[in-house]
Amino acid sequence: MSKFEIVRPGSGNLEKPVTPKNVPNRGGEANPSGTALKEQFSTAVLRIDVVNGETTVLVETSKVLDIVRWLHDDATQSYEYLSDVTAVEHRDLSMPIEVVWHLRSIKFRRFLRLKTQLTKGAKLEVPSVWPVYKGADWLERECYDMFGITFAGHYDLRRILMWEQYKEGFPLRKDFPLRGRFSRSEQLRQALDANPEAKYSMEELNVADTFEELPLDMRARIASGEKTGE
Amino acid sequence: MATKRTIEVELSTSGLTKEGRPQRIPLVTKGTLGGDTGVALAEPPSLELEGEHMLINIGPQHPATHGVLRLVLELDGETVVRCIPHVGYLHCGFEKIGEYRQYNQIIPWTDREDYLNSIGNNVAFALGAERLFGIEITERCKVLRVIAMELSRIASHLVWLGTTCIDIGAFTPFLWSFQERENIYNMLEGWVGARLTTSATRVGGMAADIPDKWLEGLRGFISTFPKTIYECDRMLTRNAIWVGRTIGLGVMSPDEALNYGLSGPMLRASGVAYDVRKDFPYLDYETYDFDVPVGTNGDVYDRYLVRVEELRQSVRILEQAVNRLPDGPVNVDDPRVILPPKHKATSEMESMIHHFKNVMEGPRPPAGECYVAVESPKGEKGYYFVSDGTSKPARWRIRPPSFVNLSAISKMVEGHLLSDVIAINASIDIVMGEIDR
Repeated sequence: MSKFEIVRPGSGNLEKPVTPKNVPNRGGEANPSGTALKEQFSTAVLRIDVVNGETTVLVETSKVLDIVRWLHDDATQSYEYLSDVTAVEHRDLSMPIEVVWHLRSIKFRRFLRLKTQLTKGAKLEVPSVWPVYKGADWLERECYDMFGITFAGHYDLRRILMWEQYKEGFPLRKDFPLRGRFSRSEQLRQALDANPEAKYSMEELNVADTFEELPLDMRARIASGEKTGE
Repeated sequence: MATKRTIEVELSTSGLTKEGRPQRIPLVTKGTLGGDTGVALAEPPSLELEGEHMLINIGPQHPATHGVLRLVLELDGETVVRCIPHVGYLHCGFEKIGEYRQYNQIIPWTDREDYLNSIGNNVAFALGAERLFGIEITERCKVLRVIAMELSRIASHLVWLGTTCIDIGAFTPFLWSFQERENIYNMLEGWVGARLTTSATRVGGMAADIPDKWLEGLRGFISTFPKTIYECDRMLTRNAIWVGRTIGLGVMSPDEALNYGLSGPMLRASGVAYDVRKDFPYLDYETYDFDVPVGTNGDVYDRYLVRVEELRQSVRILEQAVNRLPDGPVNVDDPRVILPPKHKATSEMESMIHHFKNVMEGPRPPAGECYVAVESPKGEKGYYFVSDGTSKPARWRIRPPSFVNLSAISKMVEGHLLSDVIAINASIDIVMGEIDR
């Protein structure tokens, strides 16, 4: 195996990285929205990069919702489409976790990447852009599910791909082993021990007045304040 | 409660005429309907039912949910009051696995996410990786990739057409569309050796050039396939049952559709002309002459119309691609990403070293990141790479169009009948492999 080499953005050898054909991948024509953001939110915009022809704007975490709302509403920007919300954790564990928004302006045919950095150790929380883009609903839930990042202001932030009783943590974090935290036997034991009656989460059971029809032991568990049906 | 337009019919009690023949269902003409379908609609009577709401569970093992999707529906009588979708039954952690694989080793995983569009995913992945590596692919490779993407778009739309017909109650178009799909898979088998899990691309080129006389088969397909589209079109577009089961269902206005992040035919049926091939072109799509069909009402019927028209447009693109396919190499001439030919690897020292380095260490892109989106049959499919300079991506993210499209299902089915949930779900064209990844 080759030596596992970690390259830090910002370290000396990365100022002008080159591709195999010696074409610099930094620089180039920037999206004008980056400059406009700098004018509008001077201190909240920390850095503007152009990598591989795509403009990345690093912004302050607390201002994300304001910035996204301005990009969406302002007639000169008109970013009406949210492509993606995701997060990045680098292999260098000392680097902050980044939350990434990919925005598109269909009107002006522009693409913009918004980024914010979250320091590890503190609570991983960013403002939710769900009030602006309804499409962020599931994307933010997935990001929470996979990275444990809380999106403040999301109306229904819960796990989406993993089940609600999942206890092993957040799978896409770098400290999560590829095969999971628990051993195979423990995973199997948990699967076999799972209550097959636990088909509905509490959230669904509250949808209808089905409480009276539930088995007695389940009713007792709900009454004692259990959150899920397991 | 959302209003749903229905067809008003008059039936005799026996269903038979005086002569003993089956009675034709007369359509009462009241007003006109969008388009020239000739079917008249009437407002349904508003029903205020007394009683408790019922909770019903559809899936995850249900043929009409197109995979392991589970919908928990709260019903008031037969009307959906609320819908809670549950996904994740197929979750396998593709993105996590990708962080432990070299770029070319990830390509087989892309087959398995949106498995109806596997070769299209291969192309999309390779495009993303090539932007990261800073590679300009050859002209022949570009055209071959366009052919691959359009063939897979046709195959995917045909599966959608066939399965949706079955969901709504028509069986014959399913046979027609799956027969044509077989032809496409036979062609792909001749090209890359696999039907579904193609793994056809490599960073910097393709796994294989097309074999001799393969284009003849494709030309034959181009000339015969429009007939199948025409047959399905004639069978369904003005069919009273089809129209009655699809019009006015799951309506999304243009603003809503944009705000919910819908893409692909879902978004275009609502009247937003956003197609990645036109708006953010890749593979020289701007040089091809094709139209983007756009709907007006944003209902299930318009999504059907948009997809059928996309089939025709894909045939147009295929035609142009076949005619312009240039000669020349498929792979870039860059030994750092492309494996040398076998005879050179076993006879020349330098080629052997390249081969060894490529296989054991893998090509290394410079540190950086890129997001490349293509127009997959389901919508905007994006791949986001973050590289830290090693041969494995630090983060590989799939932007799944079905996932975002499905997130709007709660809004779309609200106020409709239980049987309409199946039609609306079918119109989203979901692939659970892509949603759960």
